[in-house]
Amino acid sequence: MAETKKLSLISMSGDFDKAIAVFTLASGAAAVGYEVNIFFTFWGLNSIKKSTGRSFIGTGFLARFFNFLLGGRKNLPLSRLNFGGLSPILMNGMMKGRNVATLEELFEASKALGVRFYACEMAMHVLGLTKADFIPEVKDVLGVASFLELSKGGQTLFI
Amino acid sequence: MSTHHLDITKERCPMTFVKAKLHLEQLEPGDTTEILLLAGEPLDNVPRSATEQGYQVLESIHLRDNIHKLIIKKP
Repeated sequence: MAETKKLSLISMSGDFDKAIAVFTLASGAAAVGYEVNIFFTFWGLNSIKKSTGRSFIGTGFLARFFNFLLGGRKNLPLSRLNFGGLSPILMNGMMKGRNVATLEELFEASKALGVRFYACEMAMHVLGLTKADFIPEVKDVLGVASFLELSKGGQTLFI
Repeated sequence: MSTHHLDITKERCPMTFVKAKLHLEQLEPGDTTEILLLAGEPLDNVPRSATEQGYQVLESIHLRDNIHKLIIKKP
């Protein structure tokens, strides 16, 4: 059977460093000709919110409060040594200083290369979010069965 | 038909591949481009993935130290 150049990533973490891993793999794979799918679930959804900072989005008091605390792509915490949000700022500075792509550049590159973004229907329901709360590049809202179908025949990674 | 240029010697993974791919996508059929890149990961993979995506790698020239130049054509 011919090898399928397809990479499907499950992005569950809302950590800055894991989001870097997701968008590095996604943009790098897309650049060398892979079809790339990312399935964002739970805290991973923070990366694709329209609102990149903290805002009260979602339906219901608890969901709105929770989404405010979680925030968006520009206030993801480091998984270790976050120091109240100072470390991601320092890390971004170090990355720029050493000519390594920042999270925002990797995210933009992934979009430019046609990486397909999908949001998890169940996690959206828990967090009171709708497709309108996400960037327009989010192709569809999926469940497990649909994600397995579209990732079939390629490699899948959970981050 | 025109000749384009791209220098990715200052880039790091994955932007080496990202910039090369976005640059190649802008070529018109018959255009050629000269890409400056470093030995190692970029030199091992940029020409390979360009070939896989249907471009022709016409030449790979060692310029100096670890800097190389690829000449790639969009058929």
